[in-house]
Amino acid sequence: MSLLNVENLRVTFPTRQGPAEVVRGVSFTLGRERLGIVGESGSGKSQTGRAILGLTPHPGTATADRLEFDGIDLRGLSARQWRGLRGKRMSMVMQDPKFSLNPVMAVGKQLMEVLRTHGASRAEARRAALEMLEAVQIRDPERVFRAYPHELSGGMGQRAMIAMMLVSAPDLLIADEPTSALDVTIQIEVLRILDRLVQERGMGLIFISHDLRLVSSFCDRVLVMYAGRVVEELRASDLSQARHPYTQGLLNCLPQIDGDRRPLPTLDRDASWAE
Amino acid sequence: MLDVKDLEVTFTRGVEQVHAVRGVTFRVEKGESYGIVGESGSGKSTVLRAICGLAPTSGGEIAFEGSPLPTPRDAAFYRRVQMVFQDPYASLHPRHTVDSVLSEPLAIQGFDDRENRIERALEEVGLGQGFRFRYPHQLSGGQRQRVAVARALILEPEILLLDEPTSALDASIQAEVLNLLDRLRVERGLTYILVSHDLAVVSHMCERLLVMQHGQAVEELARDALRARAARTDYTRRLLQASVGYSREDAA
Repeated sequence: MSLLNVENLRVTFPTRQGPAEVVRGVSFTLGRERLGIVGESGSGKSQTGRAILGLTPHPGTATADRLEFDGIDLRGLSARQWRGLRGKRMSMVMQDPKFSLNPVMAVGKQLMEVLRTHGASRAEARRAALEMLEAVQIRDPERVFRAYPHELSGGMGQRAMIAMMLVSAPDLLIADEPTSALDVTIQIEVLRILDRLVQERGMGLIFISHDLRLVSSFCDRVLVMYAGRVVEELRASDLSQARHPYTQGLLNCLPQIDGDRRPLPTLDRDASWAE
Repeated sequence: MLDVKDLEVTFTRGVEQVHAVRGVTFRVEKGESYGIVGESGSGKSTVLRAICGLAPTSGGEIAFEGSPLPTPRDAAFYRRVQMVFQDPYASLHPRHTVDSVLSEPLAIQGFDDRENRIERALEEVGLGQGFRFRYPHQLSGGQRQRVAVARALILEPEILLLDEPTSALDASIQAEVLNLLDRLRVERGLTYILVSHDLAVVSHMCERLLVMQHGQAVEELARDALRARAARTDYTRRLLQASVGYSREDAA
């Protein structure tokens, strides 16, 4: 049985020119696998991720014909029911640790907060938090436990955030550009951590990114989004056989270390892609 | 054309000192495109800023056509060397129109025929006259970066310093800006120094490149050596490997 079922998801924001639909009928299912969502800025990939967690920012609204997580209908959950799910069974890693960790709370305390909210004792929470910091390859977990976010480097902060999202062993993790703010060599380390967790814990992962090459090398399956729609879905390994001109265009316009195409092919957007 | 020798940059705040660049040496020939690659904090952007006088050099020297550069740099220097910054959202004044962004360097340098120069600069970067009286918030990221390139080129400089010119842009827009830079270099015989964290971008744009780490030059490579994966240091090899993407073996 699939972990997540999304059918005809729509996210709309009211504007002075009338409602703007930024996600327009996205449907997919997710098992215990790594699913990538790729697209350029404004394609609706982040809003898709947020809508699944019920985090569509005000005054936007999300609707769907079906939005089911492990048999639970996510539409119209009360705030209380959401609290029971978010952080515990599904969680989200944001792009930039600088803006998503609480700057005035030590990292360890933030980690424990997740567990305490879901009913663990103080000692239990502390032990689990330290274990989790170790699991994300932080060499000196005690120090990081006591540290405030500004005392950590970008890579460390991102690992701390991943630890925080995983400490409650969720079934579903949505990672929104989790490595875009990181250097390439650290990027690979963070992916390795996520990869291991998916394999060991059988977690479902939605990996949102603008980097088609990275996603294709990391995920099992890729959804390509354009103007709020999924224009193509394919196995990551079959990316080179992409059919849709947008996917092909995205792949082709990247410079390559070995390639010497001059000028680089650019993307001619076709109005019909957005239909 | 440009000689950087044993360059040192130290930022001092109170008693704290950050040694951002530690003895970097390289030479860029006329008409060449030279790349500097490294991760954040490697000092690559600081080298560029030091060349145009925006970072405090604490040692070494920078010579332009054989003669050391005066500090602070004079107007004649900026007439010949211009810089394009990383973030087109931050580097254009939000309350200045494209027209005033482009007129200011012309006024400072006392150029005549401003009207025509502005029109020509806009045409050259592929923006029409319709963009001339717009504000930055009325432009997309790619269009803003084109304005930044036009602002740098309007003085007809010989060297363009490019600090991550495309890292804030989407892949398809990146291709357009890289093509624009490529074409302008051929047309005008420009010399580029391009800083980037992306090996593919540098390999596409530059004939030679310098790899930096922790403020030091790790190694200098020609493009062919990069393509042949003939890196001499572990660090460069690691960068090369990481640029391919993730591989399942990494999980082991």
